[in-house]
Amino acid sequence: MAEKIRVVHYLNQFFAQIGGEEKADIGPGFKEGPTGPGRALQQALMEHGEVIATLFCGDNYFAEHAEEATEELLRQMARCKAHLLIAGPAFESGRYGVACGAICQAAQERLGIHALAGMDEENAGAALYCKNVYIINSGDSVVRMLPALQRMVTLGIKLVRGAPLGRPEEEGYIPRGIKRNAFAAKPPAERAVDMLLAKIRGAPFKSEIAAPQFHHIKPAAALRDLSSAVIALVTDGGLVTEGNPERMEPGRPTRFTTIPVEGIDRLDPKQFDVVHSGYDTAFANQDPHRLVPLDVMRELEQQGIIGKLHESIHATGGAHAAVENATRIGQSIAERLKSAGVNGVILTST
Amino acid sequence: MVQICTMIPVAKEVGSLRAMGSGGIVSPTGNPELTPEKEKQFRRELVLRALQILKEDVRE
Repeated sequence: MAEKIRVVHYLNQFFAQIGGEEKADIGPGFKEGPTGPGRALQQALMEHGEVIATLFCGDNYFAEHAEEATEELLRQMARCKAHLLIAGPAFESGRYGVACGAICQAAQERLGIHALAGMDEENAGAALYCKNVYIINSGDSVVRMLPALQRMVTLGIKLVRGAPLGRPEEEGYIPRGIKRNAFAAKPPAERAVDMLLAKIRGAPFKSEIAAPQFHHIKPAAALRDLSSAVIALVTDGGLVTEGNPERMEPGRPTRFTTIPVEGIDRLDPKQFDVVHSGYDTAFANQDPHRLVPLDVMRELEQQGIIGKLHESIHATGGAHAAVENATRIGQSIAERLKSAGVNGVILTST
Repeated sequence: MVQICTMIPVAKEVGSLRAMGSGGIVSPTGNPELTPEKEKQFRRELVLRALQILKEDVRE
């Protein structure tokens, strides 16, 4: 009988039963044994493995302090002498999915342990990490938790035991872009003609190479009433607080910063900087309102033209942003604003 | 979401359909060539237009 697999389960603050969005800022933590869906994970593992610990981290904390969070979580994983890290499933939670992918990649690279995650194929974390991390496509609904966990367990056991893996569609993981040569029953010319004939007849056929998928973004519905709306200011022009204490990147951004503006009705140039390698920031540095129109928005709020100005400016610097990172940053900001009850956003870009 | 930016075709290409023009690359919501008072007025008009766009339907 093979050794029992020591499994560590990574969850966010919600699934770890700490709390909801209000607890998204908590740092990394540890619980002995399985927690929440970890119990179902343990049942799926049966006698093959044991969920020895649950690691968790708040979604916002991980998004904003990925390095520190990763270090601490890796430390805990190493201490547990885990064989396998299972992260999620995160379904469509973007911050959570990104954290799952990141912690799995780090565990593989830095600790050499097997890792896999679960999330919806559209999750920003999937686009970022599917090439390096096995990610079971959990779909977007928490209702499918049990089937997702079952697939994650089946894949995890195969990874640890070194068993051969089937194709993505067989095992349920998101394609990693790995090509393997295989012999086909018919030569390519015959397969191509078969495919063409099927297409002409209107019969079903399957392309051997998947066409690239462009994500379609549905525009938000029009706002009915501005006077009751909460409007948030967002920028990718690189606004930061004086001295750039968070060391926001001037280019190739990987994260965003949150600048509190509750009770502030102007951006004092002495208290703010603009860090962005893609344009001349001198003018925005002289007067940050040239980048983020806080003064005007505060007046409009006081005059009742908008209901409320949201309490923070979310800012990043958009120079040479990798599409994947920009997508993740945007989705993360959008999630936060949505859960804070924001109705509309003015995004100012250079 | 309404985006005040300079490169509107790029914005629309990636799905930012409520993109509108700005005060320029270096001053999206300003105009350094104006006096401070006139610049603030310019900014107010820009923001009011942006808010108006939030109230409009947009077809994909």
